[in-house]
Amino acid sequence: MTLANYLIASGLLFAIGLLGVLVRRNLIIMFMCLEMMLSAGNLTLVAFSRFNGEAGLPNMHAQTLVFFIITVAAAEVAVGLAIIVALFRARQTVHINDIQVLKG
Amino acid sequence: MTNLPWLLLIIPLASALIIQFALRQMSGTAALLGTASVAATFIINLVLLGQVGTDAFEGIKALHWIDVGDFQVSFSVMPDKLALGMMFVVTTIGLLVHIFSLGYMKDDEGKSRYFAGLSLFMFSMTGIVLADNFLMMFVFWELVGVSSYILIGHWFEKNSAADAAKKAFIVNRIGDFGFMAGILILFGATGTVGFVGLEEAFSAETLPLTGTLLTLGVLGIFCGAVGKSAQLPLHIWLPGAMEGPTPVSALIHAATMVAAGVYMLVRVDFLIAADLFSSTTISWVGGLTALAAALMATQQNDIKRILAYSTLSQLGYMVMAVGLLAGYAGMFHLFTHAFFKALLFLGSGAVIYACHHEQDIWKMGGLIKKTPITAITFMIGTAALIAVPYVSSGFWSKESILFAAEHTNPSLFWIAVFVAFLTTFYMLRLVLVTFFGKPRAHGAEEAHEVGLTMSVPLIILSVLAVIAGYGFFAGNFLPDSFHAHLGWDANHPVSHEGSKALIASLASLVLGIVAAIVLYRGKDKDPISIGFFKNRLYIDDIYEWVVKIGQDLVAFIAAALDKFLIGGLLVRGGAGLCSGAGYLFRRVQSGNLQYYTILFGIGVIALIYIALS
Repeated sequence: MTLANYLIASGLLFAIGLLGVLVRRNLIIMFMCLEMMLSAGNLTLVAFSRFNGEAGLPNMHAQTLVFFIITVAAAEVAVGLAIIVALFRARQTVHINDIQVLKG
Repeated sequence: MTNLPWLLLIIPLASALIIQFALRQMSGTAALLGTASVAATFIINLVLLGQVGTDAFEGIKALHWIDVGDFQVSFSVMPDKLALGMMFVVTTIGLLVHIFSLGYMKDDEGKSRYFAGLSLFMFSMTGIVLADNFLMMFVFWELVGVSSYILIGHWFEKNSAADAAKKAFIVNRIGDFGFMAGILILFGATGTVGFVGLEEAFSAETLPLTGTLLTLGVLGIFCGAVGKSAQLPLHIWLPGAMEGPTPVSALIHAATMVAAGVYMLVRVDFLIAADLFSSTTISWVGGLTALAAALMATQQNDIKRILAYSTLSQLGYMVMAVGLLAGYAGMFHLFTHAFFKALLFLGSGAVIYACHHEQDIWKMGGLIKKTPITAITFMIGTAALIAVPYVSSGFWSKESILFAAEHTNPSLFWIAVFVAFLTTFYMLRLVLVTFFGKPRAHGAEEAHEVGLTMSVPLIILSVLAVIAGYGFFAGNFLPDSFHAHLGWDANHPVSHEGSKALIASLASLVLGIVAAIVLYRGKDKDPISIGFFKNRLYIDDIYEWVVKIGQDLVAFIAAALDKFLIGGLLVRGGAGLCSGAGYLFRRVQSGNLQYYTILFGIGVIALIYIALS
C-alpha cells in the first residue's frame, strides 16, 4: 500500500460526500455526506502521518489534529441533529425543497 | 480737546442707539433727542472749523482695527478743511431737516423709528466725511446705504416704498462692487488704503501702477460714486427714493449722501489726475447724466420727482467738473447745491403737507396766495438752481463749472449750457404750475401756511441759498487751495466777465424763462407731451427687460439642471442603480441550500486556484 492508494480512497470518499451534499434533498442524508467528507479529511491526515514519520515513528502532529476534528465533529453532529429534529418538529419535513423561506 | 472730532461720530451713534433701544415708545422725546444730537454736532463742528490750520489735531487717537504684519488699518478721522467744510453742510442741513421733521412727522406712527434712522444716517455720513482711509470709508459707505434703505422704506406698508428701498439698496450694491474692486487694485499696487499714503505714492516720480490697471482702479473707485451719486447708468434708484418722507429726500437724496460720491472723488482727485482716460470718461458720464436727467425732468408731474431729476442733473454737473480736473468747482457746486436743493425739497415737503399729501403739480396751483412763505422761499431756491446772476449762490458755482469746461472740453461745455437752459425751463414750469394760476384741486383750495417748525428752516435755508456762493461765506468752509481757482484770492482774482461761459449761461437763463412762460403761463394741463422724456428715456423699461430676460434665462437653466441633472441623473439615477443592483443580486438569494453550497464550493476552488497559482 502506497500513500497514493490512501489518498485516492480519501479523495473518492470526499467526492462522494460532496456529491451527496450537492444532489440529495434529504437533510439527514446531506448531513451524513458532510460527515463523510470530514472522515475523508481525517483519512488523508492519518495517511500522511504514517508515511511522513521519522525514525519509525509516525508524525504525531497530524494525528493530534485528527482527534481535534473527531471531537469537533461529534459536537457538530450533536448540534446539527438537534437542529434537524427541531426543524422537523416545526415543519414536519426535512426535505430542503420545502425549506426555502430565506429566499430573496 | 485733541480728540474732539471723535465726538462728531459718537454723538449721533449714541442717539441712534438710545432711541432704538430705550425710546421706542416715547416718540416725542426721541425726536427731541435726535434733534439735540445734531445741534451738538453742529456746534462742535463749528468749533473744529475754527481750529483748522492749527496743530490742535496733532496726535489724534486712532482705533487699530486690522494689524497683521506690516499691514495695518486703523479707524481714524482726518479733520482737514475739506472734511469739516463738508461736515458743515451735513450738520447744518441735518439740523434744519431735523427741525423741519418735528413738524412734518408730528403725527407719524413710526416717529421714533424715523428719528433713529436719521441719527444712524448722521453717524454714517460723518464716518464717510471724516474717514482717513478707503476701508473705513467703505464701511460707512455701506452704512449710509443701510440707513438710506431704512428711511426710504419708512412707510414700508406701502408696496411702492418697500420696492423703492430695495431698488436703491441693490443698485447701490452694484456700484459698491466696483468701488471695492478699485480699492483692492489700489491697495495691491501701493500697499496702503490711507488717503495720505496713496497721495504720497501717486506724487512720486514713477506712478505705482500704470496703463490698463490704473484705469481699472480709478474707474472702479468711480463706480462707487456712480452708484452713490446716481450717475448714468445707475441713476434709476434716486427718483424711486422719493418714496421716503420728504425731509429724508432733502437730507439724504439731495444734499448729503448723494453728494458723498462727489466728495469722495474730490478727496482722491490725485487719482483722477493720474489717468487721462478715466478723467475723460468721468467727465462724459457726468455731462451725459446732467443732460439725460434734465430732459427727463421736463416731463415729470410729481413735484418731488422733478426735484429728484434736477438733483441727478446737478450731480452730473459736479461729476463732470471733477472729471475735468476742476474738483474745486465740483466741490463748490456741491456746497451751494446742498443748501438750495435742501431748501427746494423742504419747500416741496411744505407744499405737499399744505395740500394734504398731494404730489401732482397739476392738482396744485395758486399756492402763492395761500402759502406765501413757502412760495417765496421756494422761488429763492429756484433762483439759485437756475443760476440767476449775482444774487444767487448757484450762479457762482455753476459759472465756475462752465468756466472750467469752456477751457478744457468745448463739447461738454455746450452740453452743460444746454442743461442750464433745460434747468431753467423745467424749474419755472414747476413754479408756474404750482404757485401761480388758479387752484386745480380741492387740496390746493384748502391749503394753508405751514407751522413755525417748518417755515423757520425754510427761511434759514433761503438765506443760505443766497449767501453760500459768496467767497466771504463759502471761503470759510472750502479748502484754501480752492480759493485761487474760485477767484476769492485777492492776489489772483478770476474774472468771468465777458467770457463765453457767462454770456452762454445768461442767454440760456433768459431763453429758459421765456420758453417756460410762453408754454406754461395760466395752463391747466401740460401743453406738450413727449413720451420719450416722460418715460425716462425708457431706461427703466430697458433694465426691466434685461433683468427679466436674464432672470428668465437663469431660471430656465436652473430648472433644466434641477430637472435633468439633479432630479433625473442624481436622484432618480442613484435610486435606479440601487434597485437595479438589488434586483440582480436578489437572484443569488434563492433559498436553495444546494445552490449556496455550489457557490461556496466554486468560491473555495477559486481561492485555492488563486492561492496556488
